[in-house]
Amino acid sequence: MSQVIEDKVIDEKLEWSRINADVIASMQAPRKAYWITVFVCLTMFLCAIAAEIYQYKMGLGAAGLNNPHMWDMYIATFVFWIGMSHAGTLLSAILHIIHAQWRKPIYRFAEAMTTFSLMTAGFFPMIHLGRVWNLYWVLPYVSDRGIWPNFRSPLVWDAFAISTYLSSSALFLFIGMIPDMAILRDHTTGWRKKLYGILCLGWRGDDRQWRNFRRTYMLLACFLIPLAISVHSIVSSDFAMSIMPGWHVTTFPPYFVAGALYSGCAAIMTLFVCLRYFFRMEEYMTLNIMEKTTKLTFAIAMVWTYLNLIEFSATWYGHNIYDKEVLIAKATGPYAGVFWTMIFCGMVVPFTLCFQKLRRHMPTMFVISILLNLGMYVERWMIVAPTLAQAHSPHQWDVLWGSVIQWAIVFGSFGWFGLLFLVFVKLFPCVSMYEVKELCFHLKHEIHEEELAKKHAATKAAGKAEEGSGGRAPGTPGLEGA
Amino acid sequence: MSRHRLLAMFKDFDDAFDVVDKIKAKEVSGVEVDDINMMSPIEHPEVDTKLGKRPVNIAYFTLAGAIFGVTFGFFFLSSAQASFLVQPQGGKPVVPLPTNFVLMYEMLIFFAVWTTVICFIFLSGLGQKRGTLYSEKLTVDEIGIVVEIDESELDSVKNFFKNNKALEIREEKV
Repeated sequence: MSQVIEDKVIDEKLEWSRINADVIASMQAPRKAYWITVFVCLTMFLCAIAAEIYQYKMGLGAAGLNNPHMWDMYIATFVFWIGMSHAGTLLSAILHIIHAQWRKPIYRFAEAMTTFSLMTAGFFPMIHLGRVWNLYWVLPYVSDRGIWPNFRSPLVWDAFAISTYLSSSALFLFIGMIPDMAILRDHTTGWRKKLYGILCLGWRGDDRQWRNFRRTYMLLACFLIPLAISVHSIVSSDFAMSIMPGWHVTTFPPYFVAGALYSGCAAIMTLFVCLRYFFRMEEYMTLNIMEKTTKLTFAIAMVWTYLNLIEFSATWYGHNIYDKEVLIAKATGPYAGVFWTMIFCGMVVPFTLCFQKLRRHMPTMFVISILLNLGMYVERWMIVAPTLAQAHSPHQWDVLWGSVIQWAIVFGSFGWFGLLFLVFVKLFPCVSMYEVKELCFHLKHEIHEEELAKKHAATKAAGKAEEGSGGRAPGTPGLEGA
Repeated sequence: MSRHRLLAMFKDFDDAFDVVDKIKAKEVSGVEVDDINMMSPIEHPEVDTKLGKRPVNIAYFTLAGAIFGVTFGFFFLSSAQASFLVQPQGGKPVVPLPTNFVLMYEMLIFFAVWTTVICFIFLSGLGQKRGTLYSEKLTVDEIGIVVEIDESELDSVKNFFKNNKALEIREEKV
């Protein structure tokens, strides 16, 4: 592909019929690497299932969970997956509201990522409960003993917030896909045609439908942004509302939101590279879009770094002895290796995104995005574990690294997410066809307008010069003589 | 006299807009701009300008959903808390407003989003049985103009479309 095209958000000369054909073909024949990844994810997921069955039979002791480590990696993983879900909303809703055109070819998979990471996150409170069969106790209904859930508890807020966020982001994803479902209904055969025929709800693309669609999509985007922020603020309240050292921090809600956006953007980079390769989407997921995504990630990384430093300095100068001890233990204690990995991956690695050459090199971006996400995962672990390991009562101090069962379930969650995502992108277009058409249309229009303006300016300049030179063009011998 | 519906297909928005302008200028009898429906593979911002402002009422339903959500949230939570006095309150209010605000906020969004989506489906006529006048090219790159006319105007309107770069004309009896 030529450098000129790679420098654009997208080649505006792409024909609309080709956009349909390319995206539909990509869904039907991905590269071999797609199937290998599906197999790897399935294996990881099966390992987690086996581990969960074992834990279900033996109890939470099998995961190594005991006082004081009642939460540990399960909740760290829960926070990680909730965080991951935020980038979909950021990329889709916020960029939609500010009319950032470059989001159009990539927002679909970011939204799907939101939905599936929430579905993955939802498992962890269930898994860490131990008594999974009592899960329904968290639902807001009165039990046969007249007991209501405690509405004052942030854990109940979590249940409300996450179910609202999951249903809203799934609806947002679905509504945005309706016009594409109609395209697929019209241009596929067999079971696919039937499936898309049902899902497109009889979309015909008339002006009334487009008008309502535009308003609905905007309204949903407006609701999703505060919702996403509230969800992660509430998740931070699980910690911040307690009096545990290292958790009772005022900046936790914005810190969690920044961390969520950060990890989500890094995940978008990973998935961008994968999808671009699996589905031969080089013309749609262009280097220009990757550059913009990485710049956004860098900006968010700097916000996160700042909030981290604020938290450290507030603890340091606050002189709360318990908080300070936890902070010192993080940097020098048994978890020091993990803590410095977090600092390196979260604060140092993002500076590689400053180099254009690296931003345009897909394998490098893949590795960097994985490192960023590693940093963000251990960040969540470093929020949970050191505080539990060294809380107020010294007789309870204990370091936990997690058993094989716990690690298997955590790794398996990545398999589950990957599996859901890969099945989704095989069944539904990972690139929004109608939005890419809109993008091409608007770019063409803009270029046309620019050319007209240039021509107009040139004609005007020539006219002025003619007037000034008494009918001679500039640079003519007559003008020099004058 | 029976009514007929015509679908004329055009290569691009410019051709379709030319036809709309001519209908506005009364160059063809029996068709008003208010009778026109435009079908397209993408959302064009100028469609509204050309066809005139048509109502989109979804936001009112969204507002209603949001108000219902926050009201329902308040009454649901406070009635549950007020009827459950077994749990010691420890000097705290039976109905604690600050913490309830969090859940009321979530319910506001939950009901607003669901109301918006349900109303979108109804107001856009999705899921309803519609006429068969449709072309698969509408999801590729062509633009369609649909008009409903009397039988007596059928030939003149068809000719009008043909003379204005219509690529294809389809018709159905209403």
